[in-house]
Amino acid sequence: MATKLKDTDVVIIGLGAAGGVAALPLAQAGLEVIGLEAGGWLTRRDFAPDELRNNFRGWPQAVQKANQEVPTSRANASSPTTPRAAIHPMQNAVGGTTLHYWAQSWRLNPWDFKVVSETKRRYGASRIPAGSTVEDWPFGLEELEPYYDKVEYEVGVSGQAGNINGKIDPRGNPFEGQRKRAYPMPALRGTEFLDKMASAARSIGWHPFPGPAAVNSRPYQNRSACMYHGFCNRGGCHVDAKNSTAVTTIPRAQATGHLKVVPRAHVTTIEVDGGGRMTGVNYVTDGVEYFQPAKVVLLASYTYENTRLLLLSKSKAFPNGLSNNHKQVGRHYFSHNQGAGVTALFPFNLNSWYGLPAQGVAVDNWADDNFDHSGLDFIGGGNLWVYVDRRPIGAAGMNTFGRVPNWGSAWKAFIKENADRSNGAYLQKTTLPYEDNFLDLDPVVKDPLGYPVCRVTAEYKDNERKIGAFIQDKMEQWYREAGAVAIQRAPVGGPMGVSTHAYGGTRMGDNAETNVLNRFGFSHEVPNLGVLGASVMGTSGARNPTLTAQALAWRTAEHLVKNWNKIRQT
Amino acid sequence: MTFISRRDLLKRAAVVGAAATASADVARAFQASDDVAPHGPAEAGHYAGAAHEMAAAREPLENLTATEADLLDAIVARLIPTDATGPGATEARAAHYIDRALGGALASSRQAYTAGLEALDRYSRSSRGKPFTALSATDQDSVLIDVETGAATGFPERSSVFFALVLNHTQQGTFGDPYYGGNANFVGWDLVGYPGVRTMVTAAEQQRLEKHELTPNHKSAYDYESFTKATASLSRQSSGREGA
Repeated sequence: MATKLKDTDVVIIGLGAAGGVAALPLAQAGLEVIGLEAGGWLTRRDFAPDELRNNFRGWPQAVQKANQEVPTSRANASSPTTPRAAIHPMQNAVGGTTLHYWAQSWRLNPWDFKVVSETKRRYGASRIPAGSTVEDWPFGLEELEPYYDKVEYEVGVSGQAGNINGKIDPRGNPFEGQRKRAYPMPALRGTEFLDKMASAARSIGWHPFPGPAAVNSRPYQNRSACMYHGFCNRGGCHVDAKNSTAVTTIPRAQATGHLKVVPRAHVTTIEVDGGGRMTGVNYVTDGVEYFQPAKVVLLASYTYENTRLLLLSKSKAFPNGLSNNHKQVGRHYFSHNQGAGVTALFPFNLNSWYGLPAQGVAVDNWADDNFDHSGLDFIGGGNLWVYVDRRPIGAAGMNTFGRVPNWGSAWKAFIKENADRSNGAYLQKTTLPYEDNFLDLDPVVKDPLGYPVCRVTAEYKDNERKIGAFIQDKMEQWYREAGAVAIQRAPVGGPMGVSTHAYGGTRMGDNAETNVLNRFGFSHEVPNLGVLGASVMGTSGARNPTLTAQALAWRTAEHLVKNWNKIRQT
Repeated sequence: MTFISRRDLLKRAAVVGAAATASADVARAFQASDDVAPHGPAEAGHYAGAAHEMAAAREPLENLTATEADLLDAIVARLIPTDATGPGATEARAAHYIDRALGGALASSRQAYTAGLEALDRYSRSSRGKPFTALSATDQDSVLIDVETGAATGFPERSSVFFALVLNHTQQGTFGDPYYGGNANFVGWDLVGYPGVRTMVTAAEQQRLEKHELTPNHKSAYDYESFTKATASLSRQSSGREGA
């Protein structure tokens, strides 16, 4: 029998990118908030510059709760389940994956909010890919702009603005939507190679710019500037210059006295009463079960776990899982087509040993609807990102461009010459939701407590593969312009698998028949249940989701504060 | 195993060489003993390098058997050879890294090594007529190509699975942080031109790197006292996992 704890105003399940942000406006408003986090506290002493541990052994995810419930995946309902990944892509910790992520902090472009209406207006309804369940967002970029702004300043984002109140600044992204003011910090520094890539882009008429990063380019909020030491990718920051929620919004929320952080709290189910009103959550710590009553719950774990916890929380009022009487939980799932990369070999050293993956040069000319699709057979596009990130084991395992075997003397001579001469671009591309791509509970595989793990059934469709090939052409053109002597392309996309950019499953929209959440991120069926994270998003854009998930989290929390009496009583 | 293992020879050499460890005497004694082992003259250069390594490898094995370690030594010496471009996996002590890691982070691969090494040697004897360690470097390479491509028979899974495992771990042991027992004397990092673990790289230092003026610092992550050792962190994490 679970120990029943004292009632609180708000429980946040998961103190990561989204939950860690939402805690701040709630606590500042004086609401009593309890943050239940499956991981513990990690500090700068834990973040050694250790490639073997971070990038090959997957520490610390390899030893965490999340790793015991890695989702299974299959391409479609008739294909076999593929072997499970050894390591969960996300981590449990106070601050979650913002501790070791790349920290690219993009706003979506205006088109991403209006894919359906803009495609119809410009090209006709027939251009919406067959089988896609994509909808316009319930609001446009202008609705989210103040929250993007809030998070950029509260968390701290470096970058070069491209469009302040409609005035285009050619140093930034000319395709970005209007912003009210510049980033709080200038962009991270360049390198000789990045400058060369930027020049090459300009010489073919494109518009290169430095990307935005939740990394301090100069001291900010009494924390250090970035040290560019080269272990940011899947590593935490040893000087707290990466603006995870663990060093920004969470401690600020704690300082109000209204946020209580409960580490190592493994939430199992969300409870409702006979009338279908959410009453609190069950969790386990050190083998002991607790029930935490709450007036409002914000579910802020990762996309897979958000869907799983709802589906596991069955009751008389919700026999198919919480907030799932319309059978929308797990639907409209998609993950970024982050594959389909392009790797180049140059005849000179790139000096990429020191730096970070958020330090780079972007081109947005071929993203979203920034170019005319009239003569093309797809919608959407990709953002081209060339960045600085190299460590020795990874460098030795470089693509050999078909020139030598993968071992032996010829290989050794090749890597001795070329270990610092290759560059792999990160090409994030529009991915749409489809009828037959979804999340549910695995019928066989269970976690150590006996609960089924999440199952991913999803594959990239024609539209995604066509974007992939188109973007690879553009990337190859760019690399060649900068002097690349060899190019290798990865396959353009098959099964989606388990991803760090996973969207949907609890989509937000005005229509309760096709969306789990309303336009403020609260359940259509359970008014005192909100959901945070990229699981609420209906489109991906062509860039990292974190800042958007954080802006939405702030907006949901603000909505809760403003409507507290109404929401807690419903 | 019918051949005289190099480790046996090493033990003999150690007796002759008295208490000296890793000394030049031992290295020379071993090399002299090596001459009586069934290796062809074509490998003289190769084993000159190996002899040096064997002297240093005299500490006890942690997980592999002596027979397995001999075989693994010979395999890694072909994957990343000691040759005109400098030291390889032998000097990096990649096999030592693997031996140690098989009791820890790579423990789940222990059985794969037992079965894979045994299968590889059996395949060598059945297809080439000799144990792997007794083959010439050229023949060793041809056996490894069979294993790499999946053509070698008698493995629990396709032989290519075992090959990929060993190649991956050999690269970890050659290019990983020396804290874990490989990349001895930073030979792996020098090979790829990695200028070393730093906790701060200023814009001026980046420019020196771009002008080829940044000298390798030969530091491990754990030469910096500010970081908690990985093993300590791991045990703390796993204790935290028990109830969660």
